[in-house]
Amino acid sequence: MSTVLILADFAGEKATKATVEIATAGAVIGEVTALVLAPVGKGAAYAASINQGPVTKVLVIESDDFTKHGVAACADALAHVIGQSAPSAVLVVSHAFGKEVAGRVAMKLKIGIITDAVDVAADCTATQLVFGGSTTVHSKVNEGTAIITVRPNTITANFAPATPLIENTTAPISDCSKKATITSSQPPVKGGRPELTEANIVVSGGRGTNGDFATVEAFADSLGAAVGASRAATDAGWYPHSHQVGQTGKTVSPQLYVACGISGAIQHRAGMQTSKNIVVVNKDPEVLPPATEGVKALKA
Amino acid sequence: MKIAVCIKQVPDSWAEKKMVGGLLDRANVDAVLNDLDEYAVEEALRIAEAHGGNEEGGANTVTVISMGPERATEAVRKALSMGANDAILISDQILVGADAVVTAEVLANVILKGEFDIVICGTESTDARMSVVPAMMSEKLGCAQLTFASKVSVDPGAKKVSITRVTEAGVDEVHGEFPCVISVVEKINEPRYPSFKGIMAAKKKVIDIRDFASTGAQFTKSWSAVIDAAPRPARAAGVVVTDDGTAGQKLVDFLSEKKLI
Ligand SMILES: Cc1cc2nc3c(=O)[nH]c(=O)nc-3n(C[C@H](O)[C@H](O)[C@H](O)COP(=O)(O)OP(=O)(O)OC[C@H]3O[C@@H](n4cnc5c(N)ncnc54)[C@H](O)[C@@H]3O)c2cc1C
Ligand SMILES: Nc1ncnc2c1ncn2[C@@H]1O[C@H](COP(=O)(O)O)[C@@H](O)[C@H]1O
Repeated sequence: MSTVLILADFAGEKATKATVEIATAGAVIGEVTALVLAPVGKGAAYAASINQGPVTKVLVIESDDFTKHGVAACADALAHVIGQSAPSAVLVVSHAFGKEVAGRVAMKLKIGIITDAVDVAADCTATQLVFGGSTTVHSKVNEGTAIITVRPNTITANFAPATPLIENTTAPISDCSKKATITSSQPPVKGGRPELTEANIVVSGGRGTNGDFATVEAFADSLGAAVGASRAATDAGWYPHSHQVGQTGKTVSPQLYVACGISGAIQHRAGMQTSKNIVVVNKDPEVLPPATEGVKALKA
Repeated sequence: MKIAVCIKQVPDSWAEKKMVGGLLDRANVDAVLNDLDEYAVEEALRIAEAHGGNEEGGANTVTVISMGPERATEAVRKALSMGANDAILISDQILVGADAVVTAEVLANVILKGEFDIVICGTESTDARMSVVPAMMSEKLGCAQLTFASKVSVDPGAKKVSITRVTEAGVDEVHGEFPCVISVVEKINEPRYPSFKGIMAAKKKVIDIRDFASTGAQFTKSWSAVIDAAPRPARAAGVVVTDDGTAGQKLVDFLSEKKLI
């Protein structure tokens, strides 16, 4: 039977929903092993949080190099495990960290990389939505192991309880991978709202809000939503850049996307076009014109 | 310092992009310098200017490096007109359809030969949007990866570079030494417009066009390939509700009908 390796994703010491999603995607291909990269002394706690999804085995590597040297050290460990287990596919969460780890592993092992998959088939064919979601592409790695990054919130996670076998192992970290050193890390300010790329509902504000993000936040909170912003709004300093949705910001695929006072420039659409339902609140009937399913509530 | 900036020519964001035969149709669309790469050029120039400049005989040089069709000279010229000194364009039929591994291999080999102290990239191209090439080049070069930078400080004497890394995982302070690969996010600076003088000067600057063989890269075989591509069906047209005081209620009805609330 084929085996699949997933790189478990964590928020603090807890495995994220995206971890369950990539496990679910991986189980379509074969038996899933989750790799946990944890700081020294935290391996057991991290591993214990992988208690949902179709995961057969959890492999734990503890090293303080992961926090100290970030992407490069994690890529060394992942590449080492791939070299030992030769899985058919390796699935990683498609965020900045996951993509960079996957990229380094692909370079190191000379294997093919596919990013931002929204679906993965049993033969490892990946589905990507490109050009702002306007085009569906099927891609495949021709030979050897495929390393695929999967966009959060696009796979329906199987949350069945799991009791995987837990195994500890080690991996060498090369000197080259220690050349960048992280001296301080500030987790994102959460404020109790869901993570933008994982949220079921996203409420975004743009130029038309005139900077009144209190209203956007209040609306978002009433829906249990994450808050996004257009580039115009983040450039104006109305909302942090980390919340920017669009071409040079985040790509989101929520069940519901509410665009408040956003013109719907193509650069913005590139970040939200894959949302399942879209609601537009605007006084201009021409915004997001061609292809918007849902409601356009026009404020007079 | 020898500074390299990697730039990619991409289809204009506004252009309707099409896949033809598994490849992006690059020939029939307006092409521009990748948005984030303008920020990379700007940051390279600012670093040079802050430490002795990059004028003739200055302490630094800024070299533009790009891999792409011959047409990519347009994007390269734009970077030169902003103030970069010279450029290398790797253009070869054999590289059409290059995947990320091949792209990083080719660029890294050119960088290695050029013995650059600092390599600056954008964090992502607007066409493929992979955000992997800078990390992959640093892997290949075995040098410090200082990516997703919203702030860069360079100490040329000590050959040290520090950045503030901004991603969804938070904000990190990261440090490394020469040589290193940096990628920048758009809040790092405000790219300058090329001046008339800059545009005129760029016409005389040298673009060294090289073929694949001259790079010393080991392979051209791409590992990943597109099987098929198709435009997605357009979304069904939406309902338009003009607010006469009841739009809020109608919105609530729509959301509950869709089981979204
Ligand atoms: C729709 C589409 C989907 C694709 N999917 C995949 C895929 O899944 N896997 C795969 O391996 N390839 C894929 N490719 C090929 C990919 O576009 C090229 O390999 C590309 O050179 C690297 O990806 P990127 O442009 O996304 O780079 P990114 O990693 O997003 O680019 C970051 C930075 O690297 C530098 N850079 C990138 N490319 C160049 C260049 N040619 N010259 C100079 N500097 C450069 C720039 O500074 C840029 O800002 C795809 C291409 C398209 C058009
Ligand atoms: N003739 C060419 N010479 C060199 N590089 C190219 C050429 N055509 C495309 N590329 C590059 O190869 C990568 C993949 O291109 P494409 O397959 O067109 O998406 C991109 O980085 C392009 O810039």
